[in-house]
Amino acid sequence: MTEHALHSKAFNQAIEEDLIIGSRCLVCGKISIPQRQICPNCHSDQAERVQASGQGTLAAFTVIYVPPTSMADAGYNAKNPYCVGIVSLEEGPRISAQIVGLDLSDPAAIKIGMPLRQTFVTRGEGETAKKFLAFEPI
Amino acid sequence: MAKKLSRGVAVVGVGMSKFGVFPEKTSRDLFVEAFQELMQSVQKGFNPNDIEAFYMGNFTSDYFENQSHLAPIVANWVGISPAASTRIEDACASGGVALRQAMLAIASGDVDVVLVGGLEKMTDLPGAKVTDALALAADSMFEIPAGFTFPGFYAAMATAYIDKYQADPDALLRVGIKNHENGALNDKAQFNQTIRSVMTGKQKKAEQKGLPIPDWQDEMAFLKDPKANPMIAWPLRLFDCSPVSDGAAAVLLVSEELADKFADEPLFIVGSGQASDGALAERASLSEVPAAALASQQAYEMAGIQPDDIDFAEVHDCFTIAEIMASEDLGFFPRGEGWRAAMEGRTARDGSHPINTSGGLKSKGHPVGASGVGQVVEVWKQMHGLAGERQLRGNLRYALTHNVGGTGQTCVVHIFEKRN
Repeated sequence: MTEHALHSKAFNQAIEEDLIIGSRCLVCGKISIPQRQICPNCHSDQAERVQASGQGTLAAFTVIYVPPTSMADAGYNAKNPYCVGIVSLEEGPRISAQIVGLDLSDPAAIKIGMPLRQTFVTRGEGETAKKFLAFEPI
Repeated sequence: MAKKLSRGVAVVGVGMSKFGVFPEKTSRDLFVEAFQELMQSVQKGFNPNDIEAFYMGNFTSDYFENQSHLAPIVANWVGISPAASTRIEDACASGGVALRQAMLAIASGDVDVVLVGGLEKMTDLPGAKVTDALALAADSMFEIPAGFTFPGFYAAMATAYIDKYQADPDALLRVGIKNHENGALNDKAQFNQTIRSVMTGKQKKAEQKGLPIPDWQDEMAFLKDPKANPMIAWPLRLFDCSPVSDGAAAVLLVSEELADKFADEPLFIVGSGQASDGALAERASLSEVPAAALASQQAYEMAGIQPDDIDFAEVHDCFTIAEIMASEDLGFFPRGEGWRAAMEGRTARDGSHPINTSGGLKSKGHPVGASGVGQVVEVWKQMHGLAGERQLRGNLRYALTHNVGGTGQTCVVHIFEKRN
């Protein structure tokens, strides 16, 4: 384990490699995703990096019609909305991410509890292209 | 054992600017208006030179007005230099936290007379930039990359709440209708008109222009029409969201022993609590705001009272779902009952638990840093019979204010008592 493996930037660096990472506290066993240098449960600083399976379920969601600048730049607007959700990962922690591959014409049909798996989306083009974590229905 | 302040703190005056869109005014101008009104409200008068400290809630004048270090500037602008002046930034809870810091400063014994301010000038920026500014209150590493906006966060909480309790989403619209009915009676409110009058106004406009007149049966039909009330972040529509606002508010606090020198009828801060939390996704439950529940428990314990002792409350209804969750977090209703209470009118002015008689953030407006201070203005007005047509009936003793930053990363609650 390198010293910077649990730094705050490690999570988004791992996304670039199509991985969701976290940490497991070596004292109490708590898993944190994103990773933590100090365990939020027992305050130990002894932790190891873990990789999430990428499987989870939908805990909460919304369909956004009025996007922030970053998402507007990626092509989203009132006529082309996007879904963002909170996903309960198989390992326990929850995480925020875009949810792709859903029919957004009737948001009421999107069901909390539906199984999801990790995927990765690129927003922007050329030099501004950047990879982001997303989930899709299984 | 319940915690007590080392010495008591009283509110002896309040003031606020009108909340709204004021292209010709800066935040300083708005605060001057609030301060002038405060001067008038101090029943026995006072000398501004007596103000020893100034705590000012402001979210991001850096972004909105290209101005940091705003507290000493504003203090100077109202003539209270060299009072120790400090800006408090806790997103939308900045005003409530400024109030708490001012209270603690007096309770510590260091100062006796403290001015609390709250201000925000938001409308100079285009809408998309305002959305970006507000997003600064979320975690830029782990929440914003997902594509969340603030309406989006609260919308996600709404889906979790509705799913967990099988709640009727119409309850959200009921909150908006109720708060606009209250705000229609508040001349300081940004939208001081009812949803019904917004609706009939649009019908009249269509008629004048010779366009087809929309045939909405009632407010609910109007609010469910996607053309009249577009979806922002499902299930939240435009009228579920508080507006972008300019405004300022001011409150004068003094030590309990000095209260009678300033006011015939001071209000005493008998309870205060504040708690923090991590990002929304990390919380055990997404259908409640744990830090708000914790802050209110601290405040109730300090005051030695129960939620049912509260005669009325000003809560942080940045979005309609937020008021419903708050009504449970604060203990007014059991978990899962808040939506039903909203449907049944139990939070209306004539209900068992009146909430947001001022119109709330929803109708009164939400100049972010001012909101938590503006809530105290309504408490003062109701407690002193100055609330005009929206005045609550009966003897009012305890009132509560609830101010939230972000999605509940900061929550601050105060309880005020009028002693007869």
